[in-house]
Amino acid sequence: MSAEPDGPEDRLRRFATIWSRAVFPVTSTSATRPEFEEQLLPLARRLSQALRARTFDADEAKAVGAALVDAHCTDPDALSRTLDCVDAYLVLYCGEDGPTEDLRARAARIQHAMAAGFAQALRERTLAEQEAIAQAALRAQGVVAQALHATEARFRAVFEGAAIGIGIADLEGNILQVNGALLRMFGLSEQSMQARKVQDWTHPEDAPQTWRLYDELIRGEREHYHVEKAFNRPDGTVLWTNLTVSLLRDPDGNPQYQLALMEDTTERRLLNLRLRYEATHDALTGLPNRTFFFERLEKALGAGQGQRFGLCYLDLDGFKTINDSLGHAAGDRLLVEVADRLQSCTTAPGEMVARLGGDEFVALTTGTDTEREVDELAARIMNAMVAPISVDGRELTVRGSIGIVEGPAGERSPAEVLRSADITMYRAKSAGGNRFELADPEADARAITRHGLTTALPTALDRGEFFIEYQPLVHLGDGSVRGAEALVRWLHPQHGVLGPDRFIPLAEHTGLIVPLGRWVLEQSVRQARAWRERYGDGTAAGPLRINVNLSPCQLTHPGLVQDTVDILERTGVDPDALCLEVTESALIGADDDLLKPLRQLAEMGVDIALDDFGTGYSNLANLRRLPVSILKLDRSFTQSMQQFPADPVDLKIVEGIVSLAHSLDLAVTVEGVETGAQAEQLRILGCDTAQGWYYARPGPPDRLHELALVDATG
Amino acid sequence: MERPAWAPRSIDISVPSVARIYDYYLGGSHNFEVDRQAARKAMDFMPGLPKIMQANRAFMRRAVRHAADEGIDQFLDIGSGIPTFGNVHEVAQRVRPGARVVYVDHDPVAVAHSEAVLAGNADTGVVAADLRKPKEILSSPAVQSLIDLNRPVALLLVAILHFVEDTDDPYGAVAELRDAFAPGSRLILTHASYEGIPLSAERAEGTVAVYKDIRNPLIMRSREEIARFFEGYDMVEPGLVPMPHWRPETPPEDEDPYAFSGFAGVGRTA
Repeated sequence: MSAEPDGPEDRLRRFATIWSRAVFPVTSTSATRPEFEEQLLPLARRLSQALRARTFDADEAKAVGAALVDAHCTDPDALSRTLDCVDAYLVLYCGEDGPTEDLRARAARIQHAMAAGFAQALRERTLAEQEAIAQAALRAQGVVAQALHATEARFRAVFEGAAIGIGIADLEGNILQVNGALLRMFGLSEQSMQARKVQDWTHPEDAPQTWRLYDELIRGEREHYHVEKAFNRPDGTVLWTNLTVSLLRDPDGNPQYQLALMEDTTERRLLNLRLRYEATHDALTGLPNRTFFFERLEKALGAGQGQRFGLCYLDLDGFKTINDSLGHAAGDRLLVEVADRLQSCTTAPGEMVARLGGDEFVALTTGTDTEREVDELAARIMNAMVAPISVDGRELTVRGSIGIVEGPAGERSPAEVLRSADITMYRAKSAGGNRFELADPEADARAITRHGLTTALPTALDRGEFFIEYQPLVHLGDGSVRGAEALVRWLHPQHGVLGPDRFIPLAEHTGLIVPLGRWVLEQSVRQARAWRERYGDGTAAGPLRINVNLSPCQLTHPGLVQDTVDILERTGVDPDALCLEVTESALIGADDDLLKPLRQLAEMGVDIALDDFGTGYSNLANLRRLPVSILKLDRSFTQSMQQFPADPVDLKIVEGIVSLAHSLDLAVTVEGVETGAQAEQLRILGCDTAQGWYYARPGPPDRLHELALVDATG
Repeated sequence: MERPAWAPRSIDISVPSVARIYDYYLGGSHNFEVDRQAARKAMDFMPGLPKIMQANRAFMRRAVRHAADEGIDQFLDIGSGIPTFGNVHEVAQRVRPGARVVYVDHDPVAVAHSEAVLAGNADTGVVAADLRKPKEILSSPAVQSLIDLNRPVALLLVAILHFVEDTDDPYGAVAELRDAFAPGSRLILTHASYEGIPLSAERAEGTVAVYKDIRNPLIMRSREEIARFFEGYDMVEPGLVPMPHWRPETPPEDEDPYAFSGFAGVGRTA
C-alpha cells in the first residue's frame, strides 16, 4: 500500500509506529518490533475507521482490544500504553479534520470498548490456558497413573509369583505385606502373619548376631544383612531359611521400610543333617560310629580344668563263634539287641555309647565325677548283658569284656586313650572274659611293646641280641652245685634286657621259637662242655648238668630229636649232661605221638623234667606213662614255706608229692627258694635239688664257676 | 507417548515446574500458583527475567530460520517446555513447509500439553525423555519415525543445559547426540551465565537460590565452559555471543539490557 507523504495512509502508519514503539517493550512476542508494527497496522486502520464512522460500533473497538491479546500483548501495561496512545494520537493522526469535540468523544468511547474487549479476551485466554494446562496435568497424571498401574501390576506379578518369600514391614516391625510364597513357607494366613511383629519371630537357634544386625538395619546403620534363620511354624515344625533383609529409604534417604527375602532351606538342611547323621552313625545299630565317637572323645579330652572322662571299651566274648555257627544275619540281630541294651545304659547327660565296628562298643561318660560314674556305667553294662538274647528262637547268653580308662581331661590324646582301653579290654578277656578291668599304665606299657617286640624278634636272633643266663641247681643234701638252668634273655636295643615271659609267647606265636630254641640248646650244651673241660667230670655226682626249657611248640616240631642229637654229637657232650624241661600243661592229654620224641630222647639218656609241677590239673596217674625222671615243683609250694612255721597242710602236700615221686623213681627239684629256713625245710621233706635267689640269681656262666669253686673248697 | 514404564515419575503439581515458570515469564497462563510464586520470587532479584526469556525466544526464532534457510528441515528441540507461540515448527514450517520437528521434555505436564497443542500436525512429534539419557531420546518412536539420522538435524538446546549439573555429564550427553547426527547438523544453544547480567552477582545469586529451592538448580557457566559444548562443531558466525548479537534483525542497542545475559551460538558439524 503506497502512502503519499502526510496523506491519510502515511498518517495511519505513523500512528501504528508510535503505538508499536509504546507497546513493544511490554509484549512477550518473539517477533521483532518492525514485525510487531506490521501486526498492529491493520488494527490501527480499524480504529481509524471506527473513529470516523457515522455511527459508533463498539464491537469493532472491542475486537481491536481483543486482537492485542492475540498478538501476545497480555501484560496490563500493554493496554494502558495502548489507551494512552489512542487518547493522544488517534484523533491527531486519523481525525482527518472532523469536528474535534465529536472525534474526541468518539475516541473516548473507542477506548472504553477496547479496554472491555481486551479484558474479555485476556480473561478468556487466561481461562483457556488454565483449562489447557489443567487438562495437560490431568492427562499427564493419567499417563503416569497408567504407567504406575502397569508397573504395579508387573511388580504384583513378580511379588506374588516369586518362588522366594517376600515381606515388607515398617521400622517398628509391623508386617505390612507378604507374598504367597512366604505364607506357604510359614503355613499361615495373611491376617495371622500380619498380627505378629517381626521381633516376635525369635527362635532358640538364632545366631547371636541376628538381632544385632536387625537393630543396625532399623537404625539405618546398615543397608542389608544376610543370615540363616529358623522360624517356628504354627504346626510345631521348624522352617529354616536363607534370609536377606534390606533397608528401604524414602526419597530423602530416611529409613522407611524393611524388605525381607527368604528362601526355604528346610529340606536342604534336613538333607545335610541326614548326610551328617549317616556319616556319624552306624548303619546297623543306629549308634554313633567311630567318627562321631572320636569327635566327642576329642571334645571331652579337650575340656577345661577339673573335667574328667571315663571310657568303657566293650568287646563281646565269643561273638565270632556265634557269627560262624548261626550266620551273619543272626550275628547282626544280636549286635542290634546289644546296641539297644547299651543305649539304655547311657541316659545321663554327658554319656554316650558308640559302635566302633564288629562287636566292639564304647561308652563314654564325662564330667567331674567320672571316677565313680565309669564304674557304675561298666556295672550297668555288665548287668544289661545278663539276660539272654533271643535270636531266631535261640536264647543266646552274651558276655563281654570291658576295658575301663578314666582320667582328667587334657592329658592324653583320643588315640592314646582308646589304645589303653583296648589293651585293658584284652587283659579282661585273657583273664577269662565276662569282667571289666581298669587300665594300668604298666600293663599298658607291656602290651604296647608286645607289638614292637613281635616285629623285632626275627632280626634279633640274627643280630645276636639274645644271651643266656644260668641259675645254679644245688643239691639239698650237701649243698653242692649240680648244674644250672639255662634262661634266655633278650638284650633289646630300646627296651633293655627282657625276660622270657615277655617274648617267648610271641616267639611261640610267630614260630620263631624253633630256631630260637635250637640256638638256646646249642649255646647251653656248649656251656656244659666248657664246664666239663674246666672241672673235668668234677663232682662226685658226675658232670655239671644243663637244664634247657622246651616250649610246647618245640615239642611238636618234627626236628626236635634230630636237632638235639646233632648238637650233642657236634659238641661232644653226653646226653646225660642235658635235661630238657617241659611244662606240665604242655603234656596234659599228650598222646603217644607227642610223647614219642621225648621217649626217644630219654632212652638216649637225656633227662626230662616236668616243669611247673602242681599248677595244672596234675594227673598223678599219668606220671607213670610219661618219660620223665625229674619233677620240678612250682614255686607256689615253696612260697608258703617262707613263713615260719610253715603251713602244715602245705608241708603235708609237698611231703606227699616227694614221697610219690620217689616211689616212681623221680627226683624232685624245687624252685623259688629264697631263705635258708625254706631250704632246710625242703631238705627235711626229702627234696633232691633246689634253685632260687637263696643260692644265686640267674647270671653269666662265670658265676656258676665261682659257686662251684666255693662248693669245691667248702 | 513413550515412557520408561518401569519407574514413571510421579506428578506433583504442588511442586513448581521450570517449564510453567518459563510460560509465566512469557505472559502465559499455563501455570499454577506455585509456579507463579517461584517466578515472582526470582523476579524480585532479577526483574528483567522475562526479557531474558524473550531474547531466548527471539534468538531461537532467528537461528531456526537461519538453519531452515540453509536447508535444514529436521529439528530436535530438547527442553521445549510449554509451547505457546513462535514455536520451532511454526518458524521452520513457514520457511520449509513439511519440516519435521520433534519436541522433547522431561516434564510430563509440558509433554501432555505439547501433545494437545500439536495434535493433528503430522510433521511434529513429542517425546517424554531426559537430556541426560540421549539413548532414550534417539530410540523414541517419534525420533525414529520423523527424523532421518542420515541427513543433517538441527539440535536445539535452548535454555536447558544450565539445568544439567556437571555430575550428570552434560558434555557427554551433548557429544553423544552430536555423534548420532549426520555431518552438517547444527547445534543451536543458549546458556545462562553471570556474564552479561546487568546486576551484581549477589542479586543474580538470589535467582539461582530460588531454582535451587525448587530442586531445579540453575548452573551458571562461564563463556569458556559454554563454548566447550560446541566441541566437534564449527561455530557459525558470529560465534558464541550475547543473544542480541547473534545475527540481529534490529539494532542490538534497542534491546533491553537483560537480553544480553548469557550466551547463544550455533555450531555446524563438518
